[in-house]
Amino acid sequence: MEKRDFTITAETGIHARPATILVQTASKYSSDVTLSYEGKSVNLKSIMGVMSLGVGQNADVTITANGDDEKEVLDAVAETMKKEGLTD
Amino acid sequence: MSLLLDGLAASSGIAIAPAYLLVGPDLSIKKQHTADKNHEVARLRDSFTLTTKELRAIRQRAHQDLGQQAAAVVDAQLTMVDDPVLVKKIENLINEQAATAEWAVKLITDHYLELFERMNGNDYLNSRALAIRDLYKRVISHLLGTKLPDPAALDHRAILVATNITPTDTAQFDRRYVAGLITDYGGRTSHFSIMSKTLDLPVVVGTHTATKKINDGDLLVVDGIHGKVIVNPTEAQLEHYRLLAGEFAREQQVWGALRDQHTISRDGRRYEVGANVGSLRDIDTARDHGAEGIGLLRTEFLYMDQTELPSEDDQFKAYRQFVSGMDQQRVVARTLDIGGDKRLGMLKLPREDNPYLGFRAIRIGLAEPTVLRPQLRALLRASVYGRLAIMFPMIATPEEFTRAREILDEEERKLSRAGIAVAGNIEVGMMLEVPSAAVMADVFAPDVDFFSIGSNDLIQYLFAADRGNSRVAYLYQELHPAVLRLVKRVIDAAHAEGKWVGMCGEMAGNPLATPLLTAMGLDEFSMNSSQILPIRSLISHLNVRQLQPLVHRALAARSAREVEMLVREYVPILRKN
Repeated sequence: MEKRDFTITAETGIHARPATILVQTASKYSSDVTLSYEGKSVNLKSIMGVMSLGVGQNADVTITANGDDEKEVLDAVAETMKKEGLTD
Repeated sequence: MSLLLDGLAASSGIAIAPAYLLVGPDLSIKKQHTADKNHEVARLRDSFTLTTKELRAIRQRAHQDLGQQAAAVVDAQLTMVDDPVLVKKIENLINEQAATAEWAVKLITDHYLELFERMNGNDYLNSRALAIRDLYKRVISHLLGTKLPDPAALDHRAILVATNITPTDTAQFDRRYVAGLITDYGGRTSHFSIMSKTLDLPVVVGTHTATKKINDGDLLVVDGIHGKVIVNPTEAQLEHYRLLAGEFAREQQVWGALRDQHTISRDGRRYEVGANVGSLRDIDTARDHGAEGIGLLRTEFLYMDQTELPSEDDQFKAYRQFVSGMDQQRVVARTLDIGGDKRLGMLKLPREDNPYLGFRAIRIGLAEPTVLRPQLRALLRASVYGRLAIMFPMIATPEEFTRAREILDEEERKLSRAGIAVAGNIEVGMMLEVPSAAVMADVFAPDVDFFSIGSNDLIQYLFAADRGNSRVAYLYQELHPAVLRLVKRVIDAAHAEGKWVGMCGEMAGNPLATPLLTAMGLDEFSMNSSQILPIRSLISHLNVRQLQPLVHRALAARSAREVEMLVREYVPILRKN
């Protein structure tokens, strides 16, 4: 199991557009990927789940991956977050 | 009888055309149970498959006709319909409660809408809700075997009127026929509003009642400039809007062409026209209006509505966004300018009888290093992300500037000792707004990299008159020879030392001052974004060399009134207004 912490710096938090791209990224991998925020966890391959967390600016989130490509998926997700301006 | 509806202007322009109502079929769902759960699950899956197919087709069209941004909006819905958790939840409802597919879809949709509504009703969440409703309509229409209104069926020029225009609707428009859009719901930053800007159509959203008050075929005027809709306009209203539409089209053509251009006078002199900004949102507006930089970044917004001073890190993050947001264009940040009319709760400043002449701006900065130093450090750290300039407000004497600069240099040395990178090309200048500094500009010039003339305060101090006081406001005269002589003195003093001069007060955006300022050699103009293109357009018409006699006569004039008449005499395009 792989685990990584992120601080969301984007002014608008994880809004619809970056959420879509995050889900698309995670869905390319076979591992189970979970996004946790304020004690709640959702499947990162579920757009409804990600949006229902309502992650805003300055939120500390944890992403966990479990499976054959757990390291790869976390690298890809981290890169996407940066590219979409969610993290520094 | 004509009827006026108020809404929000979502996309600029004016259109006059008949109404075409996009009102959907009855998609209401009743609570129903099924005896055949497997059949309902199969129906659900079929409806999802059909929806996916439909969305893919819309996406393709959106991508071709409207570009990447529009396609991304459809992508959000495709990701929803592909959501494994969503499908599973609906299937579970069918299996556990023997609900029909329609009823299960409705329950789950309502669940999410409610959830999003509870998470502060901001605009971004609103756009999620819109996307979910759009998807819901599509899935339900397949389950019921009905057809949604098809915007693609429009075969004549018309203004579309709908409760909501969904992102997927927009993607289906035939742009030859859609003249404008009006909706009952929606906010300025909803996906739809963002997409309508790419459509380049006049759009008014949030009218609440448009679909109820407007009938198919009613003649409409959509005023996307002011956010108004006129139903069945009178002949006089039509005439007014035809003129306005023509004027708008001409201006758009001229200004649009200038957006990505440099500011160059007819005889080939180059100027910089930038924006005054005071929040992160202003950066987008500035770029939309073709700003060639930020001539004044007011940093006060970071301190407003706060209970304590913003941390160095918070400031750094904000400044970095401004600096990187303008690419390699110059961003001039002014250090904290409070006191006078702008007060802050967290800084206990003594009450003063005469705050405009009191403890404010750099006077506070020099006396309270705990305020100034973290701000300077944050600015220095942000400098590596673009092209930053720093200026100090309200400098009255050379000693004040020297002291402020020393503090800046000290902080820079501290940062480099700590191994933190600072850009090598930061320009350091001062606001020129205290008359004593304007008079002594030649003494300041060798030590500064630039001056920025704060005309609002400079004029108030020069005439000893508060322009907010209606009894003495007549003394606030931007075109008065006293102001012009002082401005000329500052420009000449700076140029003698090879330094540049900007202006960031309202005078910089006053078209009557533009011929004088350009001819006197002002290098940079900074103003509200909406004024940038009109001023750039004006400068492109000016033959600056031929305006030198105007400058001489204006400096020798006796009054602002006389100067104004001279300007209109020399610059015919300014005669009409």
